[in-house]
Amino acid sequence: MKIKSAFVGSFIVTLLLLTGCEPLKVLDPKGPQAETTSNVIWISIATMAIIVIAVFALLIFVLFKYRASKQPDDYEPPHIEGSKWLETIIVAIPVIIIVILSVVTVKSTYQVEATPTGYEEQEPMTIYASSSNWKWHFSYPEEDIETVNYLYIPTDRPIEFKLYSYGPITSFWIPQLGGQKYAMSDMVTTLHLAADEPGEYMGRNANFSGEGFAENTFQVKAMPAKEFAEWVDDVQKTAKPLTKEEFDELLEPGHLGQMTFSGTHLSFMPPPEGHHDGHQHGSTDDSEQHHH
Amino acid sequence: MNYFDRFAIPHGDPLIYASMVAIGLTVIAIIAGLTYFKKWGYLWREWLTTVDHKRIGIMYLISALLMLFRGGVDAIMMRAQTSIPDNTFLDAQHYNEVFTTHGVVMIIFMAMPFIYALMNFVVPLQIGARDVAFPRLNALSFWLYFMGAMLFNISFVVGGSPDAGWTSYFPLAGNDFSQSVGTNYYMLSIQIAGIGTLISGINFITTILKMRAPGMKLMKMPMFTWTAFITNAIVVFAFPVLTIALLLGTMDRLFGANFFTTTNGGMDMLWANLFWIWGHPEVYILILPAFGVYSEVISTFSRRNLFGYKTMVASIVLISFLSFLVWTHHFFTMGQGPLTNSIFAITTMAIAIPTGIKIFNWLLTMWKGKIKFTVPMLYSIAFIPIFTIGGVTGVMLGMASADYQYHNTMFLVAHFHYTIIPGVVFAMLAGLTYWWPKMFGFMLNERIGKWAFWFIVVGFNVTFFPMFFTGLNGQARRMYTYSEATGFGPLNLLSFVGAIGLAIGFALIVYNVYYSVRYASRNISSDPWDARTLEWATHSPVPEYNFATTPEVDSIEAFWDHKKNDRPIFADKIETIHMPNNSGWPFVLSCVFFVWGFSLIFSMWLPAIILTLVILGFMAYRSFEKDDGHHISVKEIEETEKKLRGVS
Repeated sequence: MKIKSAFVGSFIVTLLLLTGCEPLKVLDPKGPQAETTSNVIWISIATMAIIVIAVFALLIFVLFKYRASKQPDDYEPPHIEGSKWLETIIVAIPVIIIVILSVVTVKSTYQVEATPTGYEEQEPMTIYASSSNWKWHFSYPEEDIETVNYLYIPTDRPIEFKLYSYGPITSFWIPQLGGQKYAMSDMVTTLHLAADEPGEYMGRNANFSGEGFAENTFQVKAMPAKEFAEWVDDVQKTAKPLTKEEFDELLEPGHLGQMTFSGTHLSFMPPPEGHHDGHQHGSTDDSEQHHH
Repeated sequence: MNYFDRFAIPHGDPLIYASMVAIGLTVIAIIAGLTYFKKWGYLWREWLTTVDHKRIGIMYLISALLMLFRGGVDAIMMRAQTSIPDNTFLDAQHYNEVFTTHGVVMIIFMAMPFIYALMNFVVPLQIGARDVAFPRLNALSFWLYFMGAMLFNISFVVGGSPDAGWTSYFPLAGNDFSQSVGTNYYMLSIQIAGIGTLISGINFITTILKMRAPGMKLMKMPMFTWTAFITNAIVVFAFPVLTIALLLGTMDRLFGANFFTTTNGGMDMLWANLFWIWGHPEVYILILPAFGVYSEVISTFSRRNLFGYKTMVASIVLISFLSFLVWTHHFFTMGQGPLTNSIFAITTMAIAIPTGIKIFNWLLTMWKGKIKFTVPMLYSIAFIPIFTIGGVTGVMLGMASADYQYHNTMFLVAHFHYTIIPGVVFAMLAGLTYWWPKMFGFMLNERIGKWAFWFIVVGFNVTFFPMFFTGLNGQARRMYTYSEATGFGPLNLLSFVGAIGLAIGFALIVYNVYYSVRYASRNISSDPWDARTLEWATHSPVPEYNFATTPEVDSIEAFWDHKKNDRPIFADKIETIHMPNNSGWPFVLSCVFFVWGFSLIFSMWLPAIILTLVILGFMAYRSFEKDDGHHISVKEIEETEKKLRGVS
């Protein structure tokens, strides 16, 4: 037992040393959606810690008190079928905990699936994020520009990502801004995010999609609205337009650096939206109706 | 493609060529050894043709242990590859194959046969039966599993392994994105093994319902038998879904059907749904027998009856029911909307309730007991806190909104290893050590066993605890490499160190078997642990017919009552015993299945068609065959009993 506690102690210290330098990305939110999930995670960690500590304490108590070497040779343990009291308690406690966590879950799930809190009044900006082996294409329909493998967004504005894929299922994930969602080739899913603070964040495909999966990342930069508008203007003026031929080439499997275009591929290769394309789970309006 | 090119490995690598040579040498060594020691006849008569549930159990056990090491080598390779940033030990393709085969081997070809090893050996003994209900089908189950496993294992050196993950999501696993035959191996070898499992499910349900000793009502069955019963009920409901999913997947791959493609009306998420409708109950198929093992072990070594037997039974029944209502939590992030996610989040978290009840019941079984720290008990004790961490992180994952952040990350990998390793591997090691004397007539060395235990428990935590942190820091699962800037390096290195500890632990278990075979005393009683259930009432090793006379039971712990209160469980009068005959057909039929699977994998249509007809011919022949088994005479039984009584 001594070896074990020494081990556990040193283990925790090591972990603190190794991770203490920087906050873990998921628990270092930079937007309301990630903030919500981070809070849920902390609530669950606290609740679960109580259970884990209770089980550890009970186990250690029982093991110490009832170990054979501590007891008289003639001690014969009693036959106990059960106990109404104890059994009621061990049923009731988990039920109560699960009920509480269920309430937290349902509330927060609706929250992260809707326009971010605090941004309900604003018209969200739409960005189409589509993946191909092993790249990300970001189309800004209103701004009429497109980027590859990097994403610029304005801060303090809700953003509605429309996700789909040219190929295997991928998962669009920017841990510091919010949870992930799948991008599939036969339907468009919707992800609501917003950034509170300017900064650079890591974005990646989180769902295994073959050989180039590990490097299937993109860089996210959140900037004030004015700076964003300037960047859009700049792209409109300097970037070459995206043609169908060029886009077809981009879809070939492989890795590319960051690229910028004026115009989007949405005009000549529309996303799999609408009633006739695939099975619409993430419906285009927020009513979350299912059209099968 | 040229005919022979298809059999070549698409991604040659020194490691693969080395394993090719190793496999070749092993096969030659086995054949040479069997010939030199003239053991071919013995092997055929005593093992390949056996229908004895105990021998089938032992064969399951040996195969499971082999697969444990096969999957373990994959694990070490993965942890070695990710131990430092930008490592080049494995390339992306090789790493993808390694984690895919690691998952498949560990779940389908290690954990499943391990639980069937214990079920086969223990259940008929615990219920006082002579064998399972359909002994020959039981042999067929084993051989189908074995041939499926062998077929899967040659993929590394013939044609290439599957590389789309053990979940094999389409369209990645479809022909467009996965061109080698790897996924064909996946579809067909799991199919063959899965048919074997389904047959076992039916077999054990029948056995437990129809062959219990007189007086053993359902609510008087030992807990391991209860869990075996419920597990097989889940098998019978879940495995047909897998069969169909694999069949549709095979159609897509071999015949260009469009069930899971994203063109021509196929649906990629249909695969995910079917896979997890089988896959989620599957994890309870693995965990419930483990709960049974722990119930037996904890109660034996606390010298106490199981606390709350009725709530234990109720909770496993409830778990089995809920296990079918949660599969969607595997793709909360698929965009199915907050209502669906909320419902499945609640059903998922609800499983924690019966599971929590069981944890407390085990704690209360030790309460007022007299706890002995034997090796099986150590695994059971370690299971409680570790599995609790696995369970509570499962609840955390079940909270849909938070799952959007955990999904597909190392946090998830940490969670399911925190449930499956204490839940299945520890249980199987506990069960193995616990029932070893009953299987082989001697005990495993306790001292070496304890060393192995500590290496495994410490190594396990060092390997998997850091993953909770790397996951929360944004490390996705299945990444073959990462840059130094991500900061994942140090914790991944720690994981690798832990993995080495685990490897040493498992190596010590092998050493323990070797050591105990050589040095352990053969002079042990038939009940060395002072245990409580019926399997300990017969000799060790167990005679062919299990019990000379059928036991009569009137309590949950019939054998304990017999020992403590002198309650008789066996009648005095010995009668002739009817036993089934050995048969080579299950083995031969499974060999045909092996070649059939191989032909289909490589689209060799002529042999595939012929072998399909051969398989149907086998079944037709069997349905007309008359085989009434044989009888063991009273004289023979008396002689055996006399001889065994001298030993134990």
